[in-house]
Amino acid sequence: MLADKDRIFTNLYGFHDFGLDAAKGRGDWDGTKDLLAKGQDWIIDQLKESGLRGRGGAGFPTGLKMSFMPKESDGRPSYLVVNADEGEPGTCKDRDIMRHDPHKLVEGCLLGGFAIRADAAYIYIRGEFYREAENLQAAIDQAYDAGLLGKNACGSGYDFDVFVHRGMGAYICGEETALIESLEGKKGQPRLKPPFPANVGVWGCPTTVNNVETIAVIPTILRRGAPWFAGIGRENNTGTKVFCISGHVNNPCNVEEEMGIPLKELIENHAGGVRGGWDNLLAVIPGGSSVPVIPKSICDTVRMDFDSLKDVKSGLGTAAVIVMDKSTDIVKAIARLSAFYKHESCGQCTPCREGTGWMWRVMERLVRGDAQPEEIDMLLDVTYQVEGHTICALGDAAAWPIQGLIRHFRPELEARIAGSSTTQPRAA
Amino acid sequence: MPKLTIDGQEIEVEQGATVLQACEEAGAEIPRFCYHERLSIAGNCRMCLVEMERSPKPIASCAMPAGDGMVIHTNTPEVKKAREGVMEFLLINHPLDCPICDQGGECDLQDQSMAYGTGGSRYEENKRAVKEKHMGPLIKTEMTRCIHCTRCIRFATEVAGVEELGAIGRGEHMEITTYLEKSMTSELSGNVIDLCPVGALTSKPYAFTARSWELEKTESIDVQDALGSNIRVDARGPEVMRFLPRLNEDVNQEWISDKTRFAYDGLRKRRLDQPYVRRDGKLQPASWNEAFAAIAEKASGLDGSRMAAIAGDLADAESMMALKDLMTALGSANTECRQDGAALDASVRASYLFNSTIAGIDEADALLIVGSNPRLEAPVLNARIRQRWLAGGFKAGVIGEQVDLTYRYDYLGAGAETLDEVVKGSHSFSDVLREAEKPMIILGMGALARPDGAAILKLAQDIAVFYGMVSSDWNGFNVLHTAAARVAGLDLGFVPGEGGRDMDGILSGVEGGDIDLLYLLHADEFDTDRTKNAFVIYQGSHGDAGVKHADVILPGAAYTEKDATWINTEGRVQLGRRAVFPPGDAREDWTILRALSDVLGKKLAYDNLGQLRARMLEAAPHLTAVDSVEPAAWNDFGEAGELDSAPFRSAVQDHYLTNPIARASEILAECAEIGVSDSEGTGTDG
Amino acid sequence: MTAENVVQPDSFEFTPESLELAKMHIAKYPEARQASAVMPLLDIAQRQHGGWLPDAAIRYVSDMLDMPYIRVFEVATFYTMYNLKPVGKHFIEVCTTTPCWLRGSDDVLAACKKTLGIGPGETTEDGEFTVVEVECLGACVNAPMLQYDDDYYEDLDAESTTRILNALKSGEKPKPGPQNDRHTSDPLGGPTTLKETA
Repeated sequence: MLADKDRIFTNLYGFHDFGLDAAKGRGDWDGTKDLLAKGQDWIIDQLKESGLRGRGGAGFPTGLKMSFMPKESDGRPSYLVVNADEGEPGTCKDRDIMRHDPHKLVEGCLLGGFAIRADAAYIYIRGEFYREAENLQAAIDQAYDAGLLGKNACGSGYDFDVFVHRGMGAYICGEETALIESLEGKKGQPRLKPPFPANVGVWGCPTTVNNVETIAVIPTILRRGAPWFAGIGRENNTGTKVFCISGHVNNPCNVEEEMGIPLKELIENHAGGVRGGWDNLLAVIPGGSSVPVIPKSICDTVRMDFDSLKDVKSGLGTAAVIVMDKSTDIVKAIARLSAFYKHESCGQCTPCREGTGWMWRVMERLVRGDAQPEEIDMLLDVTYQVEGHTICALGDAAAWPIQGLIRHFRPELEARIAGSSTTQPRAA
Repeated sequence: MPKLTIDGQEIEVEQGATVLQACEEAGAEIPRFCYHERLSIAGNCRMCLVEMERSPKPIASCAMPAGDGMVIHTNTPEVKKAREGVMEFLLINHPLDCPICDQGGECDLQDQSMAYGTGGSRYEENKRAVKEKHMGPLIKTEMTRCIHCTRCIRFATEVAGVEELGAIGRGEHMEITTYLEKSMTSELSGNVIDLCPVGALTSKPYAFTARSWELEKTESIDVQDALGSNIRVDARGPEVMRFLPRLNEDVNQEWISDKTRFAYDGLRKRRLDQPYVRRDGKLQPASWNEAFAAIAEKASGLDGSRMAAIAGDLADAESMMALKDLMTALGSANTECRQDGAALDASVRASYLFNSTIAGIDEADALLIVGSNPRLEAPVLNARIRQRWLAGGFKAGVIGEQVDLTYRYDYLGAGAETLDEVVKGSHSFSDVLREAEKPMIILGMGALARPDGAAILKLAQDIAVFYGMVSSDWNGFNVLHTAAARVAGLDLGFVPGEGGRDMDGILSGVEGGDIDLLYLLHADEFDTDRTKNAFVIYQGSHGDAGVKHADVILPGAAYTEKDATWINTEGRVQLGRRAVFPPGDAREDWTILRALSDVLGKKLAYDNLGQLRARMLEAAPHLTAVDSVEPAAWNDFGEAGELDSAPFRSAVQDHYLTNPIARASEILAECAEIGVSDSEGTGTDG
Repeated sequence: MTAENVVQPDSFEFTPESLELAKMHIAKYPEARQASAVMPLLDIAQRQHGGWLPDAAIRYVSDMLDMPYIRVFEVATFYTMYNLKPVGKHFIEVCTTTPCWLRGSDDVLAACKKTLGIGPGETTEDGEFTVVEVECLGACVNAPMLQYDDDYYEDLDAESTTRILNALKSGEKPKPGPQNDRHTSDPLGGPTTLKETA
């Protein structure tokens, strides 16, 4: 178990004030000027060395991503865009960072933005997080007033602005290029890549888009040193991570833990265990709604990191653990996710626009057992027909939960069709 | 130049080419719906997926730049599966109402499902239905058929320059519409019908009138403006059912204006389908012989100087040649093709052509528009200017009316005074012209068809010379005509001969009793009330202004009913072809003149079209170069003189009602009623 | 999507307060990129106009930002937080996505139905309440939850939902956040970490 001294988000639950003075008391904004003085390359090297991988779901190495930005401007400004459009079902970690520890994010914007030679940062926060946006804006205002942002930020000689931009209800804007489109005042429809944002991002300028948690851990990594962060977790899966544990546990919660912590330990130590005991566990969606569900047999031993979960054909995603006990109508739980993806498809490209609706409709019939046995394979084939064929990853995200369901719960689907299911119909 | 391997074949392509283009070059056919050469890349249909080695997912070939060393496969089982998958998705919510769909037989979805689809569908759910959207009198919608390729949106936004189409909602509820279902305010809106790969956007006037495969297709030339857009005339039996654009990169690319596309119902209405002779003050049906006899009676013994002929905007080159020859034979030098009185100088060809050529717009870096509204006078040409503007490094200035041209421009002023400032180099736009490498001027009839037209023409020439618009490899002096017949008329010398009368001379001659016989050849665009005193012969296709005071009517052919030569504003010689026969007793125009000449005892020396065309080459040798533009020699033209302070006003105010055919069209009448853009200026903010 | 049978006001304009807010948002973005402010401006308009966005407001914002109407209309129809038809004075958004559903969002909806007499997507006859079902609001460890105005009400059950609705009916605004004994996203019964500082 991670020791408290190694926790980054020491006000995760908001037991203390989020404001500047309290934040400084927790170590924020300490020696920021000196960190800036070490230069862009140093920061990026530290991030590379720390092994930090993006906390938004894809897990791309942060230092590497930042290194794609142009070292010299061709006349265009550069931007850091922070993805605070937290909307992956199961996930509510960035919310806590923004409402309870916003200065970590604001300082991270300055340091990360400086590292990529950005002129400003735009934090794109989902519109429903109104109170969170208020706290965040208050923190930014405090930072400006204290000379930490704006002209000659922290006395470093570097000018840097941070702005908050509220979304208005669209999960797809969590996709980085859709987010950029939205920030430009358009519908959030993902862009074709190439060009990548580092070349052509917001307003046609070089842009890096990073998740809130990714940016918010940067100051601590720089202060405590890359080896410290790299020493937590295991190779290629380093550092601490905020986990969200929801669903059928006794005490749902967010908690910052060591990367690679066993799933069972995470649930039992922090969330009060599975409702009715570990043996009452049916399955877990370990990384937010997009990743395939894993049955108890896998949950018994799997570790919570990128590679371990990939090995069991699931993913760490946003580290949002959705726990389902044996009372769960697992088909309905997944069908509800299919409804979600159908609702959130932007409609731009064919496989997702048409496929999400098709998959959801079949899923709804499967919930009732109103289907032919061969339709299970047909549905599986449709998921493969969507997966990998779309502009962005929403198509994949819609396909994977169903693939996971069929992979691990085919007998349940068959039983429903045959009318012999014991769990159907069942509420949660 | 990147080199890549496609299906085992190595190929080198232009820098900037896409993988799709590379595949095409390598001979690998790539199906697509959303991709279109002339529109931005959307990459949304996903039909063009191909496999690329070292990429975990198939790639959209339309959107992927061809890169050196790429290895592409277009014929693997995975690619086949991907295409079948996309095809299936496109069809699950498509109504498959092909038997009652006007797109049937020319539908990309139909064709590609033949080639790339599977036999059946696995979709058991209810299909989506989408309410049709009102988009105005020209475009019929059946949005349940829409496959959301967004070609129409991109066309409206990019080519037409009217951001009025969009996709509202999201996911499977995304719908294409105009804002609150208003009509599109573009003169080019009909092109979305051609662009729509399915039957979602079809032609409203054409709806359910024909099946595409039963139509006879004839390649021809449009006459609704002076652009000479290349068109295909689709006819069934004696009726023209529709017009479609033909590809010609140098002229209209693949667009046509709504006026061009929808004028066809005007070909069926108000037609002159038999000769008439005025007896007892009333026009009475007559035979050709009676009509000719009436003319012969009037002409008999009449001195040529007391006769005159006016060729109108829709007169073909052949009939103008024949009429000119006939008038000459009758001893009359009173011939005129400039109904609007424009001060065009027929003696210097470069003075009345769009010398840079239309394609030359692509190369220009500065443009001065004088007395013209190209959006209304030649919408497709205007779209080309917009295309040039979008590409960047291009500035436009306007002297004349301040209207929305769909691109930004500096508004310099309203009339001749401003032009004078530009000539003197004292205007702020002068620097733009001075610094440009390939500047051009577009001079409209709005600047020339006025009393000081000759002086304006002179000023325009001065500008061209002063700003170096004319050099050995560039001629940026451009006249934008509004009449399809005009350049041929000038080329063939259908202007006053030695001692002859010009437009005003002819009309005042009629009024003053000096002209007794007036021959109108498709001439309707002037104040025909001034012809009352003369014996008027009207030869043309429609009962319009020209017949009002006619004493004899000779029914001629409309442009779809004859093989005829048209010379566009660039001086490009193009051949129109007969798609249908003229109605009733109407005849091809030159044959009428040939027959009449016989009756008048001045038999023209050609018995067939070939001989007539040989005669035309004598008069204008450059007519040999069909489909191309002969550069015209530069020389002095125009005449310095007093300038009028009146502002320039575009020659085209009622865009949809500029000629007898357009005025007979109920479709265009509806367009005219709705009106086009509200003429809001983009002004000096450019 | 396009709301039919809605009585649209003829005109709309920002109040001086709204206008000031709008200017503040526009100023966040680089020059000539004012279109970026379209979402905040539509939000300001909606808040000013009683929770829904009339056509006139869409046009007003379009004109202010020099954007074509259709582009702004696309935005207004794409994002779910814009209401294109009138909503009740109290706008209740109940999350029913899987994490909330697992923990009883059905009970929350049922409590709404029982207390207000309306189901998802409906408005009470007196125009006081509208209940809608929404997708994941990002408070999953405090499921089930609902949003009212700008606040989250978390860790709900039928009883606490009813209590909240009744409070709203009587003109009170209940305290947002967890409706059980939790502080925020910490585990019920107290945190398992950071105990010394908690």
